[in-house]
Amino acid sequence: MALLEIENLTVEFATAGGAFRAVDGLSLSLDASDVLAIVGESGSGKSVAMLAMMGLLPWTATVTADRLNFDGKDLLALSARQRRQVVGKDIAMIFQEPMSSLNPCFTVGFQLGEALKVHLGMSRAECKARSIELLDLVGIPAPEKRLSAFPHQLSGGMSQRVMIAMAISCNPKLLVADEPTTALDVTIQAQILDLLLNLQRETDMGLVLITHDMGVVAETAQRVSVQYAGQKVEEQPVVDLFSEPHHPYTAALLAALPERATSKTLPSIPGVVPGQFDRPDGCLFSPRCGHATDRCRTQSPTRASAGLGLAFCHYPLVKGVPQNHPGNGVTA
Amino acid sequence: MSDEVVLRASDLKKHYTLPGSLYAKPATVKALDGVSFELSRKQTLAVVGESGCGKSTLARVVTMIEDPTAGSLQISGEDLADGNKNVRRKLRPKVQMVFQNPYGSLNPRQKIGSALEEPLMMNTPLAKAERGDKARAMMQAVGLRPEHYDRYPHMFSGGQRQRIAIARALMLDPDILVLDEPVSALDVSIQAQVLNLLGELQDKLQLAYLFISHDLSVVKHIADEVMVMYLGKPVEQAARQVLFDDPRHPYTQALLSATPVPDPGRHKERVLLKGELPSPIDPPTGCAFHPRCPVVFDRCAAETPLLQPARAAQVSCHLMDEAE
Repeated sequence: MALLEIENLTVEFATAGGAFRAVDGLSLSLDASDVLAIVGESGSGKSVAMLAMMGLLPWTATVTADRLNFDGKDLLALSARQRRQVVGKDIAMIFQEPMSSLNPCFTVGFQLGEALKVHLGMSRAECKARSIELLDLVGIPAPEKRLSAFPHQLSGGMSQRVMIAMAISCNPKLLVADEPTTALDVTIQAQILDLLLNLQRETDMGLVLITHDMGVVAETAQRVSVQYAGQKVEEQPVVDLFSEPHHPYTAALLAALPERATSKTLPSIPGVVPGQFDRPDGCLFSPRCGHATDRCRTQSPTRASAGLGLAFCHYPLVKGVPQNHPGNGVTA
Repeated sequence: MSDEVVLRASDLKKHYTLPGSLYAKPATVKALDGVSFELSRKQTLAVVGESGCGKSTLARVVTMIEDPTAGSLQISGEDLADGNKNVRRKLRPKVQMVFQNPYGSLNPRQKIGSALEEPLMMNTPLAKAERGDKARAMMQAVGLRPEHYDRYPHMFSGGQRQRIAIARALMLDPDILVLDEPVSALDVSIQAQVLNLLGELQDKLQLAYLFISHDLSVVKHIADEVMVMYLGKPVEQAARQVLFDDPRHPYTQALLSATPVPDPGRHKERVLLKGELPSPIDPPTGCAFHPRCPVVFDRCAAETPLLQPARAAQVSCHLMDEAE
């Protein structure tokens, strides 16, 4: 049985301008010891979907789903108290900004020990011993001394290590890493990614990596889910996604990478991600898509087969050619 | 005209003094310690390094926000050191800057039109109507629509705001544009748009770019020359192709191997650097990189290597002597 099953997850925010749908019919499933990357531009609902799964969204959000199961438990049916026993223990999260997600008023040791005390009921001495062990595990030199350090005394890379130590302190079954390396330098980023993958392999936990960096995806993930404006547009194993993207958005995103450029001018995607007030009818990517037809602009697409990367498109690409497209006369 | 040198820096240094206190002796931070380069029209020099390596200090010195502690800086052939107030005032419009975060670098209470006209108001005798015409022409040049003239920054997306910031920097017809991580806050698809725009503008307006970045894939795409910095000093300086094909300094090699490549089929050996950038207040002896260097040997801790030619590049590493 899958560790995490999400089916048709929708998140709407009540705003002054009416309801805003941040996540739209998202389905995902993740097995234990899987590494799944969720890729998308800012505003594509990557973080919101995971926060909704953990119940961390403010009251303005309405979360609905056909199914939201974690480890056999229905997360939607749990009371707030029951949910708190799962979140932070079995599901842990690492946030993007290590500097601002640690509390500046408390020492590293106190913040690490908090989760251990609450979830595992450890005594003070046990907490301290385990904290030292954890800091050692994430590669912080002189862990005994670091316990009494305050967050401002740590560098960005060190703070992120502390965040990781905190997240894995209760041996979670699922770790959600939300852009864990975006704020860090490349040499530190390489260290942190290596650390995360080693921990994942050793403890056999599921890892969801939210990122917008295709390089990070290629080097860490096994499976990739591409999100656009709150919808999943494609999902494939990592090698297949990079060699043959089936959704025009994925193809355009890959083509826009400077590493893949063949000429001085990069093939860019015109326009921007639709916001609350300019959401198009039909396919959400149609205003920016080079293959869009009237059908795309009026009808919402259906999901293609797994062989076509579950592409959410009327004319999924095969070897760069849109299938059944009126413009090319090819019928599949 | 196109290979005219517009910016020449030689042995540029910027040291900051930290005042002492009851518990600490006064200290000197060598934020920038001996940087030399030349920049011609239509050329892009990329400055690469981790945070704290002095990239932004270099930008502040080049844009005349701060005076260098030592060394000389020539802009459009005029030396700053012997320039008086009037010369400096004349030179300042020649060097303009685009900042990293387009959300923070625009005044939220100022309409785009007025933000673009402000540099003209301060520096030129143009009348109001002429200023407006110039601003509208510039907006068109960077791909903004005329109706954007009366809008406020919050009505724009990140990519459009960076276009506005670029337009503002170009209002005074500069020779040199200092770009401090101009695309690192943008998404991939928008990043491509802005990089294309920068390329077009460079060809059209004969601009010289000083491009500060930590993203090597972007640098590889846009730069002509690359300078890799570590703790205020250049460790390797070379033409783009030379640097990416044959990196000589161990730090450059580590940087290149740490950069994630969007190609899952490629399995490469990573040179993993241990530790982090040391504090510039108390830099290591000898070569500043030696505590993290994978190929360190005795001489590194004792002697400071100098930047010297090694094949087609300029490298500061003792290994280069050994190799010869």
